[in-house]
Amino acid sequence: MTSVERAAPIAFGLIGLGLWQGAVSSLHVPVYVLPGPTAIVAAFWIDHTSLLISLLSTLAVTAAALVAAALLGMILALAMAASRVARAAIQPWAVVLQVTPVVAIAPLIIIWVNQQFAALVVCATIVAFFPVLSNTAAGLAATPPELADLFRLNGANRRQTLFLLRLPAALPYFLAGLRIAGTLALVGAVVAEFVASSGGFAAGLAGRILEAGYRLEIPRMFAALTLLALAGITIYAALGSFERAVLRRFGAAS
Amino acid sequence: MLRLTGAGRRFVNGTIAFADIDMRIDAGEFVVLLGPSGCGKSTLLRLLAGLDVPDTGTIVWNDGTPPAPGDIGFVFQDATLLPWASAEQNVHLPLRLAGKSFSETRNEVRATIAQLGLAGFEDAKPASLSGGMKMRVSIARALVSRPRLLLMDEPFAALDEFTRHRLQDDLHALWREARTTVVFVTHSIYETAYLASRILVMTPRPGRIAAEIPCPLPDPADRRTDPAYASLTAQVTETLRAVMPA
Ligand SMILES: Nc1ncnc2c1ncn2[C@@H]1O[C@H](COP(=O)(O)OP(=O)(O)OP(=O)(O)O)[C@@H](O)[C@H]1O
Ligand SMILES: [Mg+2]
Repeated sequence: MTSVERAAPIAFGLIGLGLWQGAVSSLHVPVYVLPGPTAIVAAFWIDHTSLLISLLSTLAVTAAALVAAALLGMILALAMAASRVARAAIQPWAVVLQVTPVVAIAPLIIIWVNQQFAALVVCATIVAFFPVLSNTAAGLAATPPELADLFRLNGANRRQTLFLLRLPAALPYFLAGLRIAGTLALVGAVVAEFVASSGGFAAGLAGRILEAGYRLEIPRMFAALTLLALAGITIYAALGSFERAVLRRFGAAS
Repeated sequence: MLRLTGAGRRFVNGTIAFADIDMRIDAGEFVVLLGPSGCGKSTLLRLLAGLDVPDTGTIVWNDGTPPAPGDIGFVFQDATLLPWASAEQNVHLPLRLAGKSFSETRNEVRATIAQLGLAGFEDAKPASLSGGMKMRVSIARALVSRPRLLLMDEPFAALDEFTRHRLQDDLHALWREARTTVVFVTHSIYETAYLASRILVMTPRPGRIAAEIPCPLPDPADRRTDPAYASLTAQVTETLRAVMPA
């Protein structure tokens, strides 16, 4: 990537922000309809403690859900790779969970799991685990057949084949799934927070967004949305760097 | 060493890879299987390795015991190394699978690596090695367990001519020294004539052994330029012409 290419998205964003500010000011658009960037920054500055605490709460749910999704996806993929019966048993239910909108099941989960944080983590995990599961399962199934023959020829047992061949061969697939799961976990966390807010639990950013909406504090709403977008981009980029670092360390990067 | 009688292999989709193959491999031979693409050479090697079983016929090992893990070394067309493991770890793999730690087999691993001209590259990952060096690692991995039988499936087909010649030279030298029994599959007449102590020519699918050419090439300093080598390649070419349908 050249330096021009690196600078391009930033320049594009700054130009967009400038045009936005210019249009809002020159057309005298009221802040309760569309605030300009300066109004949003000002709203953030006034309320930054409460917004950042809410962001932390959302990120805590996201991180816990990502860890849970990684473990759950990996364990289910291993079970599916180990036995055809397990594969047949798990696959349709994984798809059912994947296609059911989390907004629809979140109220139930919040009732069943009567600890708020845990309930949110469960919802976000349901949203996030599928890419880990399907990617890891694909990776475990894609072991190079010649290497599998080599292991057989040398009398490898199942445990050796799993730990010395199949799992390491699936690692790049798992990491790619994890990167997708990271942003999905954030989406799942916020959706679950929206549902939970109606029940009075409003620690996360979704709570701030709803609250600002009720009070017509539109700049504050935009400030919360901006934080959310930045968090999503950061999670995606961080997991991308993590993926590259692990693969480089592992010598498996092509 | 082993004898194949009436061996045939027919896949579930109806493809008959080969039929009615009789062959004998004696200890210390370098047998080259030469045949056109798709005539079942790879399938035959997998059968010798015990990775596949014949539908008809039998395979009998002379001493009566089928090969144990580590008795057979296999070299594939691609190096098929573990990309996350160093050259040394890749070579150690067969011993590791036999439950032997690296520290107790360090000398064997290092010696095999040196034998293949890889000294100094013990810690290199496959991605940083050239095609020829990867193939050397692959051969070292096949030899490290001191196999009774070394099976090689077009190991040099993907290499450039220079690298191929050097690897053929080194393989030939290794074989002359150790006299490991080798069954080597190739499409190349020149490779066949250069390496073989006996040549088996196969017909197109369904493959059969169409001709057998014993080749006691003398061992002059430079086989490639020896007149006997030229006349052997001519003989192999004529045999192929006689065997292949027009
Ligand atoms: N598992 C399988 N199921 C069905 N057909 C197969 C299978 N494996 C191989 N074949 C077919 O059997 C035939 C012989 O295959 P094989 O790989 O042994 O040939 P080969 O002589 O090694 O060819 P090449 O020189 O191209 O490597 C081919 O036509 C191939 O398509
Ligand atoms: Mg083949």
